[in-house]
Amino acid sequence: MDILKDLFYTKDHEWARIEGNSAYVGITEYAAHSLGDITFVELPKPGEALKQESYCATVESVKAASEVYAPFSGKVISVNSQLSSNPELVNQSPYDKGYFFLMELSDPAEKARLMDAESYRKYTEGLSK
Amino acid sequence: MLEDPKLQKTPLFQQHQKLGAGLAPFGGWLMPIQYQGILAEHAHTRQEASLFDICHMGEFMIKADPVSSGLDRLVTQEIVSMPFGSCRYGFLLNNEAGILDDLIVYRIGLSDWMVVVNAATVSGDFRHLKENLSGGSVLEDVSGRMAKLDLQGPRSREVLEGIVGARAGELKYYTFSEFKIFGSQSCIVSRTGYTGELGYEIYIAVNYAERLWETLLSGGIAKPAGLGCRDTLRLEMGYPLYGHDLDEKHTPLDAGLLKFVDFSKDFIGRDALEKEQREGARESLICFQADSRRSPRHGFTISDGGRPVGRVTSGSFSPSLGTGIGMGYAAGNYDPGALLSVGDGKLEIPVRVVKRPFLKKTSLNGIGVK
Repeated sequence: MDILKDLFYTKDHEWARIEGNSAYVGITEYAAHSLGDITFVELPKPGEALKQESYCATVESVKAASEVYAPFSGKVISVNSQLSSNPELVNQSPYDKGYFFLMELSDPAEKARLMDAESYRKYTEGLSK
Repeated sequence: MLEDPKLQKTPLFQQHQKLGAGLAPFGGWLMPIQYQGILAEHAHTRQEASLFDICHMGEFMIKADPVSSGLDRLVTQEIVSMPFGSCRYGFLLNNEAGILDDLIVYRIGLSDWMVVVNAATVSGDFRHLKENLSGGSVLEDVSGRMAKLDLQGPRSREVLEGIVGARAGELKYYTFSEFKIFGSQSCIVSRTGYTGELGYEIYIAVNYAERLWETLLSGGIAKPAGLGCRDTLRLEMGYPLYGHDLDEKHTPLDAGLLKFVDFSKDFIGRDALEKEQREGARESLICFQADSRRSPRHGFTISDGGRPVGRVTSGSFSPSLGTGIGMGYAAGNYDPGALLSVGDGKLEIPVRVVKRPFLKKTSLNGIGVK
């Protein structure tokens, strides 16, 4: 299962790629794989204010619907509009073409509550046992 | 979960592990849900052919005169007139006309029958049959000795003929025959299924299950498919799933399945069903399609202008239609085109009532199939 080195991760399997004062957000390959084929993604609206660890999006797979939580607090800058017609991008390219949205970080220090790649790898290995 | 000793494993369990299947409990069994992915397996079944492990389902062998034994009275369909080598779909009802199970009756000979029932209802069905069959009849649960493999899809005939022989390809819809494979091993093949495509259900002794599985997959046309896509395939056809869309609280009238009930003869539950017909059904099973890719889910409330009128019993994304679809019981009359919504309080999905099946054109009738 792919886990990218420079990203930050939550225990709910969201990832964040920090670029300056903003971050791209998506769900990890581990999450996409456990959900199975993703058939629908509901994204927040640009401009919407998110709170760290609070609901921000929904992913539906053939089997079930799951909630996605914001890795950081801040405002949504833009969303990946490709996902409305091609939600399978989340399965095919979870860290790139299947990202969910770009957000502005109101407090980059919230990073302290996230895991780095190595901790996330250990965390997921613990889950599969 | 995988270690749960209460879960039964089919004779193909090691095959599923080898293929890296995702496994989950279903009807007391640890079953393969998916191999490559539900959407890929769904598409492969609609376009090519898929092989399903359905060994969890139950089979009973019965030796009984259909009338004097009481067998005909147990099933809502008339079975006395069934030609040898034919299958008939019907229900077992309780005295209140509640559905104990849906099943397929196979007539092997004058007094020889095979009855195929759902996995979770095997023991209850067996008890019900035992209690209602006369002393002279023989009822045997052969589920543990018999494997069931479903081969489904427009190319299933081609695959089957290559292994069982050309005569198997001549089977008409809802008929079956016995064939010899691997030398002298006998198997029963019926042209039946639960996907809406041209397809076959194959019954063979469990010790031949792995060999048959590998042989059917060896040509590369048929690929393994799990219960995940079996569910999306059957739902697109509007086929009910026992335990979800059918249960003891609902009758064939509620479920809109009276065409599988024969009022020209007697059957258990008939009085209650006729009473319900006179008084009108309390609620009816309706099919609905979402206006988006959002999926109705089992347990969602069905609402009519904000007023709750029923409950979703099956729901999913339809890979063929690209929208959410579902079935559920609703109080009141809702004709095709009626606008309702389904949701769980947080989410509300607009849906439109449609006629079943959701998917109209398939290879089921064999037209246009090689």
